[in-house]
Amino acid sequence: MLVLALITPFALSGRTDLVTLATNVLILSMLAISFDLCWGMSGIMSFGQALFFGVAGYAIALVGRDLEFSHIWGTLPLAMLVGLVLAGLFAVFLLLGRKTPTVIFVALGTLTGSYAAERLVSGWQYVGAGNGLSSVKLLQLGSYEFVEGIEFYFLALITLCAVYLGARQITRSQLGLVLAGMRQNEERLAFFGYRVQLFKALIFSIAGMIAGLAGALYSYHQGFIGPGNMGPGLSTTAVLYCLFGGAGTLIGPVIGTAMVEVITYTLADLQSVKQFWPVILGLVLLAVVMFQPKGILGLIVSDRERIGSFGLRQRKDD
Amino acid sequence: MATLLDVQNLEKSFGVLRAVDHIDFAVEVGTFHGLIGPNGSGKSTLLKAIAGAHFADAGSITFDGRDITRATPWERARAGLSLKFQITAVLPELSVYDNVLLVTQAGQDLWSLLRSRTRRRLDAEIMDLLARFRLADQAERLARELSHGQQQWLEIAMALALKPKLLLLDEPTGGMSPEERRVTGELLAPIRAQCSLVIVEHDLDFIRDICDRLTVLDQGRVLDDGTVEQIQSSAKVQQVYTSRV
Repeated sequence: MLVLALITPFALSGRTDLVTLATNVLILSMLAISFDLCWGMSGIMSFGQALFFGVAGYAIALVGRDLEFSHIWGTLPLAMLVGLVLAGLFAVFLLLGRKTPTVIFVALGTLTGSYAAERLVSGWQYVGAGNGLSSVKLLQLGSYEFVEGIEFYFLALITLCAVYLGARQITRSQLGLVLAGMRQNEERLAFFGYRVQLFKALIFSIAGMIAGLAGALYSYHQGFIGPGNMGPGLSTTAVLYCLFGGAGTLIGPVIGTAMVEVITYTLADLQSVKQFWPVILGLVLLAVVMFQPKGILGLIVSDRERIGSFGLRQRKDD
Repeated sequence: MATLLDVQNLEKSFGVLRAVDHIDFAVEVGTFHGLIGPNGSGKSTLLKAIAGAHFADAGSITFDGRDITRATPWERARAGLSLKFQITAVLPELSVYDNVLLVTQAGQDLWSLLRSRTRRRLDAEIMDLLARFRLADQAERLARELSHGQQQWLEIAMALALKPKLLLLDEPTGGMSPEERRVTGELLAPIRAQCSLVIVEHDLDFIRDICDRLTVLDQGRVLDDGTVEQIQSSAKVQQVYTSRV
């Protein structure tokens, strides 16, 4: 897949619209991975992942507009911090109660946060209200400015690889074993001495940080960030990316994002289909949940390979 | 002998049903203590209240000199209490080895877990524990692929992997064949050197063979308490068992 990702921009070099599409896929894949860390890996149903994506996107757009600052060494860490802190605050309310919160409670809590933020921003003139913030200052590395194209594509690819490897390090480590256990029976883990809520809050915050990073790149790449980028629409789409590709695999959400975005792009020119596309996407999500809950990757990867081994295989390899 | 667990005047109700009714119960260090009684007598509820699965409505629980009445399950586990549930609750999608690793590594800090620092060091301990419970050759299998009896043994091994001061076993031989019950007795005998034990069990022959003391519950209350010999000759206990069992 990495080889394919490396040659894609050169194969598409004559088509700037397709390079832009490919870059979008890479950025949105990070959002999908952030959801996979929550749901696929840890059993936390975050239906508001776009909130952290959008708020971080707005944050760097405002820093560019008001402070004239868009250096990569400052803004991307800022976006990650915004996502981390915001998700951390949500975790305090939703996950750190004395009693174990239900999946529905967390799903509705995050969805409500995402919806409320979208409505708030839509009526707030300082952040452009319903029009959002356009002409976002270009991302800078020294005196170099990243514009849409191959350079931004590789920046997104490098960032996605780093996010994937970081997430993989978490999920394949002994910490990942705790997450796998938590996903299967979190109440049982408490009787082993694990403070489960703390682990959930940690993963939720890390996922928020990744979503924030993706939101910043999206904002710079599009040159625009709007209320819709933090609302339930994008949050639900992130769920679709992940479930379509295969939750709990990290690579499945990347495949799911690519497939959904490419199909959406292809059908965008067909007016007769375009107006029904959200409905079709919804039906696809329903069909996946009902008939192929392990996603596309579930067709070729066994449960054993998906969950992996945390101890013995490592022991044999040593 | 020092008291390890001291339950005083414990109450637990579910709606109008008083499952545990003013129970006093104590376990000495180094003893194997059996909890017996007819169905619905409150044995499992008492065990769960001690482990923290249920919070008591009234009364107190002191463990190893510390009041744990309002402590969470993870706090009780870290204090040295380990519970094996009546219904097996192994993690079905993890391998047998990973089930034990998960328990063995509990209590480590996040950084250590993220760096997988103890994976290699814990290996010998895990394999030794699996060997003791006749599961070493099943280590790579998924827990859900084990037979019911093997899942029970795995769960006991997991409960022991916490290195508890007090092990709470709720019907460890439930659903086992006579041969598996006999083997379970053999597997439990050596843990006397490691920790104390409270065991809920319906098989009276099994519990008589391994326990030093017995407490008999009936309708949420303590009916009698004493050595195995004292309980065997107790008229009150015989009356309950001959009238209801």
